[in-house]
Amino acid sequence: MINYVDTVWMLIATALVMIMTPTLAFFYGGLVRKKNVLSVLMQTYVILSVVSIQWILIGYSLAFGPDLGGVIGYLNYAALTGVGMDPIKGQTIPQQVFVLFQMMFAVITPALIIGAFIERIKFSGFVVFTLLWTTLIYDPMAHWVWSSDGWLAKLGALDFAGGTVIHILAGISALIMALCLGKRTGMTTGHAPHNLPLAVLGAGFLWFGWFGFNAGSALSVGPVTVSAFLNTNTAAAAAAITWMILDWIENKVPTVLGVITGIVAGLVAITPAAGYVKPMAAIVIGACGSIFGFIFVTKIKAQFGYDDSLDVFGVHGIAGIVGALATGLFATKQINPGGANGLFYGNPKQFLIQGLAVAVAVVFSAVGTFIIFKVVDVVIGLRVDNDDEYIGLDLTQHHEAGYTLME
Amino acid sequence: MKYVVAIIKPHKLEQVKAELEKEEVTLMTVVDALGCGRQRGVTEVYRGVKEVGNLLHKVKIEIAVNDAFLERTISAIIRGAREGEIGDGKIFVFDLNDCIRIRTGERGGKAIG
Repeated sequence: MINYVDTVWMLIATALVMIMTPTLAFFYGGLVRKKNVLSVLMQTYVILSVVSIQWILIGYSLAFGPDLGGVIGYLNYAALTGVGMDPIKGQTIPQQVFVLFQMMFAVITPALIIGAFIERIKFSGFVVFTLLWTTLIYDPMAHWVWSSDGWLAKLGALDFAGGTVIHILAGISALIMALCLGKRTGMTTGHAPHNLPLAVLGAGFLWFGWFGFNAGSALSVGPVTVSAFLNTNTAAAAAAITWMILDWIENKVPTVLGVITGIVAGLVAITPAAGYVKPMAAIVIGACGSIFGFIFVTKIKAQFGYDDSLDVFGVHGIAGIVGALATGLFATKQINPGGANGLFYGNPKQFLIQGLAVAVAVVFSAVGTFIIFKVVDVVIGLRVDNDDEYIGLDLTQHHEAGYTLME
Repeated sequence: MKYVVAIIKPHKLEQVKAELEKEEVTLMTVVDALGCGRQRGVTEVYRGVKEVGNLLHKVKIEIAVNDAFLERTISAIIRGAREGEIGDGKIFVFDLNDCIRIRTGERGGKAIG
């Protein structure tokens, strides 16, 4: 039975998640050098378009079609065949609304990876990589965790809004891309963001959109929706403060970039837990997202020297893992009767299940991304030549300039 | 006293600065610039309208030096900026009449360093 209150909320939530992708474009765009700003905006908007079409053609069916051994969906729903206004069993919204909501998740996941290969990726190779990645990595993983027949879902893995499916997957894939592509030429210590206010605005709107991302993942309006909403805000705030304090202690100064990085780390960390935990747990989870994110971004990256340019691995990968594991600690049926209890509520097994889901996501995305990288790199090429990199991707890949130096 | 003006590729600035530092030349003025020499600009396209041969982004470094520092400065800039390709840039050298440090009123060679 369709509930139209639920339906209205899910349409709004879908629009909120949609705006996160253009918002991410400006978050990333502000952080790159000005000769590459358009390339980042272009990549995000093209992902929004390409994955939207891929999703209704085959993506939705691969992720949520009739189950094939818990591994993948049949193509019965390809081109949305037979997907209409009737709700899926157990849901109260038209299936097409569910298609749309999930579409926006499929869109933003590959968009997150952009941060690892900015300023050096070849556009043609990027488009092919994105299509293959979303089809071969994202769609199966979404099936495993979110389709009721998926093998990880059957094991009882909890992932409220995509800590594992989205952030770990994107974060690990980003690390592999950064390692495979190599460092940006002449880049030893990073560089100043060309437009930090743009990134700050981006972070603000990510926070805004994340309400749809997390609270929308309840797929209805009710107590769980409200819990997820409150936890989202709480974790973001706790993480922002935590990162600021760490910055203050370690680098002797509270920075704007630190605060917005903390915000994103907190939002990522609470994502898998949002609809399962109490607000006090959200504070801890948000703070831990920042603490581990901070360690990886400022210490581990410097030590190993990989050029994960905008810290997709350090923020999304690490905070995603923190959140997925923390879900196994703090989850409680008092908040979500449809969920499970975590370790702190007498169910240590849940923590192990969460750990397994994390390990599966890490291994699957690492191996899969490596193979896709190799194939696309050989067939099309994924890195621009040195000259193009120096001149910048805006002029060489798109023949446009983000800014004029003179009128 | 000489006034050295160098036009270089923007991404070479850090290397040029490092090379200059090795020669103990640390005072300079740097500005963003657009320029075209033999290197063709990149064609830009806006809604199908092409703008051919646009000026390329360059960086201009200006350094006032005492005569003893001139050759060291020039060779440092070349070491830092040279890729051996069209577009590496140019160095211009001018005679410098005078130099005044505003804070102290010192003039000439003493005011440069």
